[in-house]
Amino acid sequence: MLVVLIVLAGIALYLVSAYNSLVRMRNEVDNSWRQIDVQLKRRHDLIPNLVEAVKGYMQFERDTLTQVVEARARAVAAPDQASRVAAENQLTAGLGRLLAVMENYPQLKSDQNVLQLQEQLTTTENQISFSRQAYNDAVLGLNNRIETFPSNFIANNFGFKPAEYFKAAAEEQALPKVDLSLGAPRA
Amino acid sequence: MAERHDSFWALERKNRRETVMLVAVFMILFTALGCGLDFVFGNLRIIDGQIAGAPLLTAVALIFGSIQSLLSYYGGAALVLASVHARPLVAASPREQTVLDVVNEMALAARMPVPRAYIIDDAGPNAFATGRDPQHSVICVTRGLVDEMDREELQGVIGHEMAHIRDYDIRTMMMIAVLVGGIAMLADFVYRWSWFGGFGARDGGRGRRGESGGEAGTLIAIAVFILAALAPIFSQLLAMGVSRQREYLADASSVEFTRNPRALLRALEHIAQTESPLKHASRGIAHLFIVNPLEAAGEDGEGFFDNLLSTHPPLGRRIARLRALAGEGASGGAAIAASGTSPA
Repeated sequence: MLVVLIVLAGIALYLVSAYNSLVRMRNEVDNSWRQIDVQLKRRHDLIPNLVEAVKGYMQFERDTLTQVVEARARAVAAPDQASRVAAENQLTAGLGRLLAVMENYPQLKSDQNVLQLQEQLTTTENQISFSRQAYNDAVLGLNNRIETFPSNFIANNFGFKPAEYFKAAAEEQALPKVDLSLGAPRA
Repeated sequence: MAERHDSFWALERKNRRETVMLVAVFMILFTALGCGLDFVFGNLRIIDGQIAGAPLLTAVALIFGSIQSLLSYYGGAALVLASVHARPLVAASPREQTVLDVVNEMALAARMPVPRAYIIDDAGPNAFATGRDPQHSVICVTRGLVDEMDREELQGVIGHEMAHIRDYDIRTMMMIAVLVGGIAMLADFVYRWSWFGGFGARDGGRGRRGESGGEAGTLIAIAVFILAALAPIFSQLLAMGVSRQREYLADASSVEFTRNPRALLRALEHIAQTESPLKHASRGIAHLFIVNPLEAAGEDGEGFFDNLLSTHPPLGRRIARLRALAGEGASGGAAIAASGTSPA
């Protein structure tokens, strides 16, 4: 009798702790996504300023500028997370191209406003990529827990769904990470 | 992910344990010193196998030791920063803004609170982190680092410091710096003085001090003796705390944060070329820095504690290890796997 009680208590204890850790992990995923969201919003706010500041210098790069502006508009208007991720990845790629092309315009390096915007965008880009790592780590933890035995039974019964990874765009993965800052002195 | 967390919690536990041990040993030694002096001054006596008298100096030593421990814990970071003449880093120029931004980025990568940033006006490129926990942490860079390093190199260096913060190395190393470092320096000083200055003064001052210096001379002799006897214990404690393994681990964690073994590699190669001693760095805090701030490139120390206190692994060996990380896999992922942490 006592043994049965102990076993039942053990099972109940496991159920509670497994459920709680699933909730914790789901919250961590949500929280990490909010971290990225903050950075992505900051990027959306910075882009119009940068485009405005460099437009005058870069008449010959209409295409690059238009791509960035359009990708931003798509990202802002994205209806769900999947299309948002796709649009943000396009924006990352377009922004990378823009910042690379800016290297060809030495006049930009003497414009304090442009330099400042560029530093802000560079650090935002890096923060996006670091918070994306954190987010994907959190998603991996949650998805593992949802799919592995025995916690998968609890996950299925209480409606826990695997979260979606924030995958980097294919072309971004292929490229080595570049130093986007202009005018950093190299010794 | 679990694997990474386990190893980092283990490091944190080890550092907490070491700090407690450090304070305990410090208190015991201090109290023993007070107790010994009580016997010397006759406050305590052994009468018929019983200890009699009032342990006045023991009590003083106990109180003084407690106060010093508390001060070291809560004020250690401020003390360390003051001793190297550091001031808060403000974004007065684009370069300074970049450093502040990189600190933010690496805090995000390490998933730690953002540390306060300080700067030392010194041309030698160097950096250290200190504080009692990640919530009260400080990263201090030199003017040379700010001016010379590009963004990638800065990420490598700041990532190394973030690793020390995450693993609670900063607490252990700070307590060693203020608690033991100070006494070790005093012992070092007295030890050398007793061999060089001490003999000279005795010869020159024989006539004048002959009558009045008797008792004071005995006391100084006792102090020298005690400090000389304690010195090896303290240096042992220091050696325990400043194990070279910490630096290798922080290097590996920096690569884990930046996902880019080239970052710290390029920074260390850069420093190896320009390595120059800092003006306001002393032995007590040398172990805090990312590279030894007391030696110029390839130079060897000569003081009593220098041999016992090789606080840093040779720069060449660290560079070689990072090169191995960078060379084994073209992608960051392979390098991270090689460093013994799981890429998530």
